[in-house]
Amino acid sequence: MFFLLLLHLVVGIGIVAGGGALGRRAFVVAAVAPLATVIWAATRASGVLDGEPVTESFAWVEQLGITIDLRLDAFALVMVALVSGIGLLICVYSLGYFSHDKPGLARLAGVLTLFAGAMLGVVLSDQLIALFIFWELTSVTSYLLIGNDDTNPRARAAALQAIFITGVGGLAMLAGLIIIGQAGGTYRISELLVDPPSGAVVNAGLVLVLIGAFTKSAQVPFSSWLPAAMVAPTPVSAYLHSATMVKAGVYLVARLAPMFALTGSWRALVLVVGATTMLVGGLRALRQHDLKLLLAYGTVSQLGFMMLLFGVGDYHIAEAGIILILAHGAFKAALFMVVGIVDHETGTRDIRELHGFSAAPGWRAVKVAAVISAASMAGLPPLFGFIAKEKALDGYVEHGDFAGGTAALVVIVLASILTFAYSARFVLGIFGAFGERDRDVVSVDAHAPSAVFVGPSVVLSIATVLFGIAPVLIDGLIEGATTALYPGSEPKPVELFAGFNTALLLSAVIIVCGIALTVLRAPVADLQARASDRLQAVPSTEQGFLAVLRSISVVSTRVTATVQNGSLPIYLAVIVLTVTVVPLAAFASELDDLPQFIETPAHVAPVAIMVAAGLGACIVRHRIAAALMLGAVGYAMAGLYVAQGAPDLALTQFSIETLSTVLFVLVLRFLPRSWRHRAPAIAAPMRIAVAGAVGVAVFVFALSASNARSDVDEPSMSQVMIENSLPKGKGSNVVNVILVDFRGWDTMGEITVLLVAAIGAVSLARPGRRRDEPEGPVFEEILDVGDEPKLPEALR
Amino acid sequence: MSRLVTQPDAARDRRILILDTSIRILYPSILVLAIYFVFSGHNRPGGGFVGGLVVGAALALRYVSGGAAAVRSTFRLPPHVILGAGLFLSAFTAFLPLLFGGTILEHGDVEFHLPVFDKVKITSALTFDLGVDFVVIGLILMAFAAFGEDLPDAPDSSDDGSDGPVAPSGRRRWRVP
Repeated sequence: MFFLLLLHLVVGIGIVAGGGALGRRAFVVAAVAPLATVIWAATRASGVLDGEPVTESFAWVEQLGITIDLRLDAFALVMVALVSGIGLLICVYSLGYFSHDKPGLARLAGVLTLFAGAMLGVVLSDQLIALFIFWELTSVTSYLLIGNDDTNPRARAAALQAIFITGVGGLAMLAGLIIIGQAGGTYRISELLVDPPSGAVVNAGLVLVLIGAFTKSAQVPFSSWLPAAMVAPTPVSAYLHSATMVKAGVYLVARLAPMFALTGSWRALVLVVGATTMLVGGLRALRQHDLKLLLAYGTVSQLGFMMLLFGVGDYHIAEAGIILILAHGAFKAALFMVVGIVDHETGTRDIRELHGFSAAPGWRAVKVAAVISAASMAGLPPLFGFIAKEKALDGYVEHGDFAGGTAALVVIVLASILTFAYSARFVLGIFGAFGERDRDVVSVDAHAPSAVFVGPSVVLSIATVLFGIAPVLIDGLIEGATTALYPGSEPKPVELFAGFNTALLLSAVIIVCGIALTVLRAPVADLQARASDRLQAVPSTEQGFLAVLRSISVVSTRVTATVQNGSLPIYLAVIVLTVTVVPLAAFASELDDLPQFIETPAHVAPVAIMVAAGLGACIVRHRIAAALMLGAVGYAMAGLYVAQGAPDLALTQFSIETLSTVLFVLVLRFLPRSWRHRAPAIAAPMRIAVAGAVGVAVFVFALSASNARSDVDEPSMSQVMIENSLPKGKGSNVVNVILVDFRGWDTMGEITVLLVAAIGAVSLARPGRRRDEPEGPVFEEILDVGDEPKLPEALR
Repeated sequence: MSRLVTQPDAARDRRILILDTSIRILYPSILVLAIYFVFSGHNRPGGGFVGGLVVGAALALRYVSGGAAAVRSTFRLPPHVILGAGLFLSAFTAFLPLLFGGTILEHGDVEFHLPVFDKVKITSALTFDLGVDFVVIGLILMAFAAFGEDLPDAPDSSDDGSDGPVAPSGRRRWRVP
């Protein structure tokens, strides 16, 4: 398994790095990875279906106990069939979709391969942390794929929106996974299944994990990114945003539900969110004119359906979920492919412009594939989608005897009616009479698509029909997957016709109501439009997302304006007060007895000079005079060192003072000679207060620091260093030996800082070097967030 | 260039003969002192840091008499090269013992006899200190290059765009008191 992930990585990076020359053929190279995966999975299938999962394990971060545990059980096999099977078809389809080379195509193919590898990692990981890493990699690759056309601001905005929402959810999920892993004592899903943890903390962790799953699977209220992501090329939409990536959330819920469905608020949360998503998605799909958006909202609805099936934690219902995940993968990918074909050949996917389409020659295969797939989506017998829906209804009728079960069943029936209606809208939209007469007819003389272009959707339609008529072909896989999720369960065989039961009756109701809804589509549309006008005041999730972004921008602007208000005196006051006054209490508490302040008369003169020069620096009106006064303080300090018997320190202090005075003068040339006191009257007392506070704090600090080690028994550090200086440091100047030997690392750090400071000083002195560079697009432009935050000039 | 136009006569009274002459004597002596500090630092007051600062003081004198051009012409190497070489020298000395199985910053020493100096002991701490010395010198050179200014009559005061900011015209420039 590991080599398959590596293969995806190598092929993906190879195409991205050197694929420019390949052009369209990059998709042929990209097909190698899913093809190898499909072949490998096929050879392992029989063993896996017999209940013997293939496992591999690699140590990754051993210190944290993080390993990459890969495990191919029957449910993972279902997902691998989706990821790599559809991935292979997408590669073929892309050859038709991208009929001409254009820049960025190879990158698309490469990232698509990387995505396929990441998605394989998600479904094969048996270890929660590794799963999370692959999960995030799918988010990142999805971001790159949505924004592949990087000159299109809408594509960039949609990509950002997708990675924001799934990224935030991913972070929540990471926290949740860690809580669960710590509580359970293991991060391996297969071990958690044996002995799941419970408790209030685990409950909180599960809510976090569900947030992650909901964002990834575009559940309400996190669904806005999925329709926006439709700006991506259609192969990407068909692959990531219908068949595979958006199912990652559902997949995780399916994996965890057997252990945690009855813990805390899991089931209530899943039922409410899943049901709302299924209904809202269906209602919105019915209002779309853009075929891709119609399918996107349909996907949202179907993902809510899957949540309802997997989330309750009952294997009868979950079995229906497994069938639905496969059936949906087949019909939705095929429908997206059809939309891509229509879009490619006519230049539009607006159903108001597509009337009379069926008259065009050479489109029979497309039409058949579209009708079959849409019928499967609508749940018409004898197709695969019908079996899924039948099984779901049967599961809820027979085993939905939990709180909210009946309500969920009602929602499923209602939303399925909507599903029927939007499936019909899709078919009629392309081939029927939805078109408005006053629009240009663009579809009659459309060019017939090539065989490579149509082939993949036909293959998927064949699968839809085949598994519908002869479900026995796939029965083993589905029963095996159910048992993999729920060990010890006894799933019922998958059948096209399970006798005359309540589920069949409900299916009939759905179809009849769906037909009625389709016939009455004009009044229904009016009704929806009016209801939607009423709801105008309620913000949509898209508006909510933008509002969140805007408020983040506004808040950060305000915070920046408050905290960084550009006043140098305030910055200085905040910095020095924080550094000195905050630890003051701690230092003062350490102060027991005051030392003798004047040890020799030699101390008096330098200190007197220091005090006088310090006061003078405050009083004089000329900047350079003040700098010289500060220099005098420094020289007097050097004198104090000499009096204390530290010639080395005195020497250093003396040289430093000389140079810094010179540099001071160099820089002060650029400023006015004297201070002009335009500050308000309050400023002077405040300055005196700050200066006084800092002075007191430093004084207390010096006193308590010199006492700090007086009550420690160990020999004092200075004594140790003096003793070791000659024997170990080979030098009799202790200060120098400390600098170059005992504390040599510090010196290394300091000279590095000097280097950085020198570069900083030079670049400060030469401003405006980059003024002519064109500015890149700012984030606010892309999202049209409005007011650009105004930074102070110095921070730009 | 506007400075030259607005203050054509200012250059002439800028030079002070006593200062220039004494600097001619002082400058080499200070450099010798700096070298002494670096080499004696391990056993007596001094060291690379102080040595660098003393060189800096000598450069300040040169700046006073000859402006930024004089400082710039002091060393053939550009300041950033001196700076980088210093850091490299120190880091190299620090990591060299690793090659011989020692620990980082372990110092070795050699003792030998020279005709005049008799017994001379050199430890590898000296190269480390020399690195520090170079870094300080480089830093000071860069500071002068960044903030210093050419004398108006200096031969290469033409604004080549690479050295130092131009003082805003109309402001008073610093003068030797």
